[in-house]
Amino acid sequence: MPSAGAPVLAAQDIARALKRMAHEILERNKGAERLVLMGIRTRGIPLAERLAGGIAEIEGTGPGGVPCGSLDVTLYRDDYARTGPLPLGATRFPGPVDGKVVVLVDDVLYTGRTIRAAMDAVMDYGRPRAIQLAVLVDRGHRELPIRADYVGKNLPTSDDQEVKVHLRERDGSDEVLVRRREAAA
Amino acid sequence: MDHLLSIQDLTAADITTILDTAAGLKDIALRPIKKVPTLRGRTVCNLFLEDSTRTRISFEIAAKRLSADVINFSAKGSSVSKGESLKDTALTLQAMGVDAIVIRHAASGAPQQLTRWVDAKVLNAGDGWHQHPTQALLDLFTIRERLGHVEGLRAAIVGDVFHSRVARSVCQGLLTMGAEVTIVGPPTLLPPRVDTWGAAVSADLDAVLDKTDVLYLLRVQRERMGQQFFPSSREYARIWGVDRDRLARLPEGAIVMHPGPMNRGVEISADAADAANSVITEQVTNGIAVRMSCLYLLLGGEQATA
Repeated sequence: MPSAGAPVLAAQDIARALKRMAHEILERNKGAERLVLMGIRTRGIPLAERLAGGIAEIEGTGPGGVPCGSLDVTLYRDDYARTGPLPLGATRFPGPVDGKVVVLVDDVLYTGRTIRAAMDAVMDYGRPRAIQLAVLVDRGHRELPIRADYVGKNLPTSDDQEVKVHLRERDGSDEVLVRRREAAA
Repeated sequence: MDHLLSIQDLTAADITTILDTAAGLKDIALRPIKKVPTLRGRTVCNLFLEDSTRTRISFEIAAKRLSADVINFSAKGSSVSKGESLKDTALTLQAMGVDAIVIRHAASGAPQQLTRWVDAKVLNAGDGWHQHPTQALLDLFTIRERLGHVEGLRAAIVGDVFHSRVARSVCQGLLTMGAEVTIVGPPTLLPPRVDTWGAAVSADLDAVLDKTDVLYLLRVQRERMGQQFFPSSREYARIWGVDRDRLARLPEGAIVMHPGPMNRGVEISADAADAANSVITEQVTNGIAVRMSCLYLLLGGEQATA
């Protein structure tokens, strides 16, 4: 297994994966008209913005041509009774979602519980025509019947490992690392 | 946080957490479905043993928007009117397995007492002349939202400070968050040891108006009239009431607050209550978000699951 020093995905790998995913989203949905991209807090937000930018570039709609928002799923999580209250972030929808194709965007797909919460959150805002899921890394270990429609990289991992996604907007650089989970965690 | 009993139990960091959380919860009111599933399966009891509409309804809406089940228990029409003691009422609620009790009581210290009898989280919704912490928190939220910060602001709390749990709570909250506070009112309506509050004291409203960023008016409690605290409501309005003229003497950007219910024409004139810098209806709206925040922060974690 790679150590913390060796990224599994480097900056140009991430850029290529996002570009491919932008094309796949367009191909599958036959254009960008009905798309709304929703980044799941926290690292899904810059990823959604980059995907929206990529789609806009391919379609020539200009920057901001693809609606993009942010989703905080804390209030919809299923572990409030165990973890206690967590800090809340902002949820911002770029407009109504009725009849739209909402693409949820997150950095790592793991148990699927976050995505379950995100789907409930979107449904409380309206009735989208479809909800799709785009993730940079699918690391396996699903606990719910959920799968991603667009995957940057499938990364088989064991449960005692953690996948760290660094993005330049938040962490200063783009890379994906796999490392052993710290004993305390 | 174990309970929410007094604003004095809270540090500036605690208050900031509550206000930040409330900010994240406020936009739920703007959604098509004004509800999140967070407190599903929790039971909140509103135990209101003293009259209240807005605080009780505000707490009820707050709990329901978080999907908690709400039981309303008031003195009228309950076993309390048959003479049941607070302790027996508390033990009954305990036996029924409620997770939180929101209590309003005429006796100062009743919420504190309640914590000794029940495992539920206790939220003080006003006890006697003592405390009303969620009122202070919603006021701080409103100030922060309107003016961007609380620290360094100059606030004046005007009116019947003596009988007011709101005045005590708001004053302490403002001081904790680093504001300067001046207490203004008729000497007969100032509490005896007001000089120990950490606030300045003045009997002259006109002298403090131009140095006030937050003008906080208290309700004149009509039931105190004729008890020789002040001669008449007209005289009160003339000396301590706020009208358009006094409003105009506030600095640019200052806001006017009132915990409600207002006596228009006494502590505040009708046109002042409806002026652009009056944030009185915002206080009511923000009260729901702040109470949601308190419930959310208190009811999480393992100890709440019975």
